[in-house]
Amino acid sequence: MNSALLLGIAKKHLMTKVKQTLIAALGVTFGIGSYITLVSFMTGLNEMLDNLILNQTPHIHIYNEIEPSKKQPIASYSDFEAALNVVHSVKPKFSQTKIHNALPLLEKLNEDKRVRGALPQLNTQLFYISGPIELSGNLKGIDIMNEVSLFNFGDYIIGGSAKDLENNSSGIFLGSGVAEKMSLKIGDRVQVSTVKGGIFPLKVVGIYQSGVADLDDIQSYANITTVQRILGVPNNYITDINVKLHNIEEAPGMAKSVASQNKLKAVDIATANAQFETGTAIRNLITYAVSVTLLIVAGFGIYNILNMLIYEKMNDIAILKATGFSGKDVQFIFLSQAMIIGIAGGLLGLLIGFLLSTIIDGIPFETDALPTITTYPVHFDIWYYIIGFSFALVSTFFAGYLPSLKARKIDPVEIIRGQ
Amino acid sequence: MVLQANNINKHFRKPVDFHVLKDINLSINNGEFVSIMGKSGCGKSTLLYILSTMDTDYEGELMIQGEKISGRTRDELSYIRNKHIGFVFQFHYLLSEFTVLENVMLPAKKLGEKSLKEIEADAMEKLRILDIESIAHNKASRISGGQKQRVAIARALINNPAIIMGDEPTGNLDSHNAQNVFSIFKKLSVEQGLSLLIVTHDLDFAKKTDRIIEMLDGRIIS
Repeated sequence: MNSALLLGIAKKHLMTKVKQTLIAALGVTFGIGSYITLVSFMTGLNEMLDNLILNQTPHIHIYNEIEPSKKQPIASYSDFEAALNVVHSVKPKFSQTKIHNALPLLEKLNEDKRVRGALPQLNTQLFYISGPIELSGNLKGIDIMNEVSLFNFGDYIIGGSAKDLENNSSGIFLGSGVAEKMSLKIGDRVQVSTVKGGIFPLKVVGIYQSGVADLDDIQSYANITTVQRILGVPNNYITDINVKLHNIEEAPGMAKSVASQNKLKAVDIATANAQFETGTAIRNLITYAVSVTLLIVAGFGIYNILNMLIYEKMNDIAILKATGFSGKDVQFIFLSQAMIIGIAGGLLGLLIGFLLSTIIDGIPFETDALPTITTYPVHFDIWYYIIGFSFALVSTFFAGYLPSLKARKIDPVEIIRGQ
Repeated sequence: MVLQANNINKHFRKPVDFHVLKDINLSINNGEFVSIMGKSGCGKSTLLYILSTMDTDYEGELMIQGEKISGRTRDELSYIRNKHIGFVFQFHYLLSEFTVLENVMLPAKKLGEKSLKEIEADAMEKLRILDIESIAHNKASRISGGQKQRVAIARALINNPAIIMGDEPTGNLDSHNAQNVFSIFKKLSVEQGLSLLIVTHDLDFAKKTDRIIEMLDGRIIS
């Protein structure tokens, strides 16, 4: 009853000051609308940039690194146990680049519940041969269909399709840079030679573009069996295993256990791509800084208008207090006015933000780096709307709090006698 | 005894210490129509605002209907003003956005003891007593000064208070309207046994009341 009465008075005040109320609400609308737009657009861009690298990056990359033995032979010799042994010009230990027992390891990883998928890769250096010209490059043997489903490989195929490669035992996906340099297009033949010699003709079934130019200038892909055949190695010859997990947070721990159990090198995504996290964090920081600034400006608008309203309503406040309304009641009236402005402005802001995001989402945006992107990336997330609205409520509450406190403290005697 | 004040003292501390009310003792009986007179600056309005519970910065003891009021919290005082005291000021102080009826109903809605229907019926009744029921649905900003003062009186009456206090209620009215307001007060006093305490400059007005309290330099002299 009481709050309904007070709200009624608050509403009446606002209704008689439609213009000022509207301006105050529009301040909030503008702040929230631009926050929603900014944050949706920014996170859309962030995601796009992260995906550019992270999507194709395994959560755990397992390989065999050539490195010197940690324990030199002299350490096993008991006669020198108490001595200080210095070994000069330590050489790396001779070992194979393939992963030992790769197939059982793959099987074990794929059975692990935390793992979404573990894929074998065979990485080798080679030369693309075009007449007398030899271009050095990299060839990766992959399990194409699984790469598409786990690492979004399909997003980076700009000509041909994944199926074409799977069905062609001597097919190759050329990097877009390589294809351009050698003037090759789909259906052409390209000759490659391995480091150990031997020339193999392959058929170009597709063009691949990662968006990273340095990579596209050297990298090509083929089926893992094709690469094994070129290298003349058996089908258990695998140099890399890429693991994708269900939960990326588990990557560092799992990488460690895999590395120690199998005496392999295992790098997790957090270690490999720490700089992306930093970039994302800073971009988010900028987005929020700009939005908060806008909201503070809107808050000052509300503060001003309520202050003016309170000066205008001095007499009303005095009479309300004289007839038995308490300071709290008066404060409630003005604070609820601020909140009404905040709620109305905030809701409108959410709508405007959504509309603007939708419009931006539809604007064409084409770039060589991202073959699959055709419009500006916008990320829609209900949380931005929840945060934005809470923002509106909190800022209008603070903007309304000080003036309302003043109204609460107004001494009716001073006003009535001052006339 | 509706209202009793014992040894009320008040100082204005700014800009310099000024002893504005000195040992005020007064009491008002049920149904009494009392006026306070005195020159400007003698402290009569200051006294009224202390008696009205709006000013709490004083020494001494104030009783309303036998209950001690001094030292109560602001919220309690608000309730007491709402329930027991009706106000009429020199300026009319109506809420200009609201209609006459809404203005009159407001203190009763705040009190919240009756349903909306009953309050509206009460308000119409008060307006009828004051002979202004015809303007009940007019905006408060769209009526004449004399009418506004009558609306203010109706509003003061709505919660059936123990006492009506007025700070120069006729001070801003022409003689015809002033006479009108006085007759209303008189009528309320006689017919309904309402206690009234009115601060006034107007000797003619004061003479017609039951008792005149005269003040000089912060003291009651008669």
